[in-house]
Amino acid sequence: MLPYFSDKYGNASSLHAFGQIAAKAVNQARENIAKLLNCGIEEVIFTSGATEADNLAVFGLVNALRKNNNDKLHIITSAIEHPAVLEPLKILAGQGVEVTYLPVGKSGLVDLEIFKKSIKDNTVLVSIMYVNSEIGIIEPIREIGEVIEKINAERAGQGGKKRIYFHTDAVQALNFLDCDTKKLHLDLLSFSGHKIYGPKGIGVLFVKSGTPIQGLQLGGHHEKNLRSGTLNVPGIVGLAEALRTCSRDREKNNKKILKLRNNFVAAVKKRIKNVRVNTDLKKSTPSLASISFVGAEGESILIALDLSGVAVSTGSACASASLKASPVLLAIGIKEETCHSTIRFSFGKNNTEAEVKKVLKILPPIIERLRKMAP
Amino acid sequence: MKKVKKKINFKSDVMNQSTGQSWVYSDVVKDHFFNPQNLLLEDPEPGEYDAVGEVGSPACGDVMKMWVKVDKKSDKIKDLRWRTFGCGSAIAATSMFSAMVKEAGGMKINLALKIKPQDIMKRLGGLPERKIHCSVLADKAFRKAMNNYFRVSDQPQRIIALSGRIIDKRLNITDKDIEEAVLEGARNLVEVQRKLKVGVGDKAAIPELEQLIRFYVEKYYGKG
Repeated sequence: MLPYFSDKYGNASSLHAFGQIAAKAVNQARENIAKLLNCGIEEVIFTSGATEADNLAVFGLVNALRKNNNDKLHIITSAIEHPAVLEPLKILAGQGVEVTYLPVGKSGLVDLEIFKKSIKDNTVLVSIMYVNSEIGIIEPIREIGEVIEKINAERAGQGGKKRIYFHTDAVQALNFLDCDTKKLHLDLLSFSGHKIYGPKGIGVLFVKSGTPIQGLQLGGHHEKNLRSGTLNVPGIVGLAEALRTCSRDREKNNKKILKLRNNFVAAVKKRIKNVRVNTDLKKSTPSLASISFVGAEGESILIALDLSGVAVSTGSACASASLKASPVLLAIGIKEETCHSTIRFSFGKNNTEAEVKKVLKILPPIIERLRKMAP
Repeated sequence: MKKVKKKINFKSDVMNQSTGQSWVYSDVVKDHFFNPQNLLLEDPEPGEYDAVGEVGSPACGDVMKMWVKVDKKSDKIKDLRWRTFGCGSAIAATSMFSAMVKEAGGMKINLALKIKPQDIMKRLGGLPERKIHCSVLADKAFRKAMNNYFRVSDQPQRIIALSGRIIDKRLNITDKDIEEAVLEGARNLVEVQRKLKVGVGDKAAIPELEQLIRFYVEKYYGKG
């Protein structure tokens, strides 16, 4: 990746030799990514990140479908999607598109039966994330994809009926799960570089050939008109390499991280009373543990840990731009006051047992102290 | 977030990922956060304190409770203790507030009631802008405790009518507080909520709240 910042600085769209060196690198990266997603190279669209990829998937598809058609469209999503999907849907809802937000169960899972019942004749898009970023739950993407494929096959025979397109935000999934777009029956899939130990500011939208989609940025011809703008060559090269590494080491890393996470959660439960583990340890990626420390305020826990050199997240009010409790935690049935006591611990391949031990040592007194301080 | 080993940098800020806003925690803030002054960890005996006041709700993510002892002769604050379910800024701000009213043998009640969030912030060396609502809770709880004291000590004429109406019943936020938030730069509901959390727990307050914000924004900044 680094040479493409300095020595090999050409613009991949230029015809001269410098440009062609860059273009070659982009092509190679595209090929590598396509191989890992089990798709064609023409189906890989580079974006600035997953937020842009999600926006492009939702707006791009709907805009293309509305172009020659005034029918009322219906979209199905879940209550716990990332704002990069929910916010565009909010705008579309304001423009007359019908949106169904599927409820989720206690562990955050979408119910397949409820999903099936929510499908309507005018359903054109289903967007469900592969892994939730706050609680780590893995959604049944393959099963949902199978349902959609079956319905599409039926509809194809009935002429005039709309096809349903299937999008997943796989940002949190690539490290841990196979993202074979054929096996998952996907039409659209988004992800970003920095969640797989790659660079920031680069992402991908997989767009299955034949999917109607319209670019949002105008004024260039890049990425088949779907994403105008000069290609981020070093980012693309870095992203492809990150994806290759994470796919290669997936099993090994999964095992290691799972052990770290599960030991941590077990020890927390043993050492601290009255905690609620919001992550379903059996149905989640190994990286996440969302834990509520009832009676201790989340942001205070965060700051106390941060000043001891441990970086965590709250899923709640003060830490995010809004002051409301996390919609994801509320959707899985956690009380508002408990949401404000929730910390999201993330584990990665570079974390060590010694680090986990350290957290286990400093965490109990922090919780005890904050609980004592509460009225 | 990854748990990363890092050197503890006492000048470091906490940066909000999604807004890029930095939360500068001064050394004074950190000191009050780690060593809060005048905490009351055990519930007091009945009658041990002259007054008590509580504001907030756990659902909004903030609760503040205050106990106060008053020297009746001099009308000064003899002791003030508190407890909170709140964020780091709330802890630091309340700790600082308690230190301020107990300084130099105790502050006169009338003076203590004049302490504004901005005064606490000054002493703390600043707080992240969007965390001001936290320190707002310290003076609210104190005001409530003092009203409680005026009531039980038979001085009803001193009860502060809060120079206005209570808009948010759960947090005891008045139109005066909303005026102040607008003066500090908030221009719409979201921005006022960022400062005051008004209407988060008391949804019924929102329509009137929006009207007030429009009124004050026009009053101070003219029509957009």
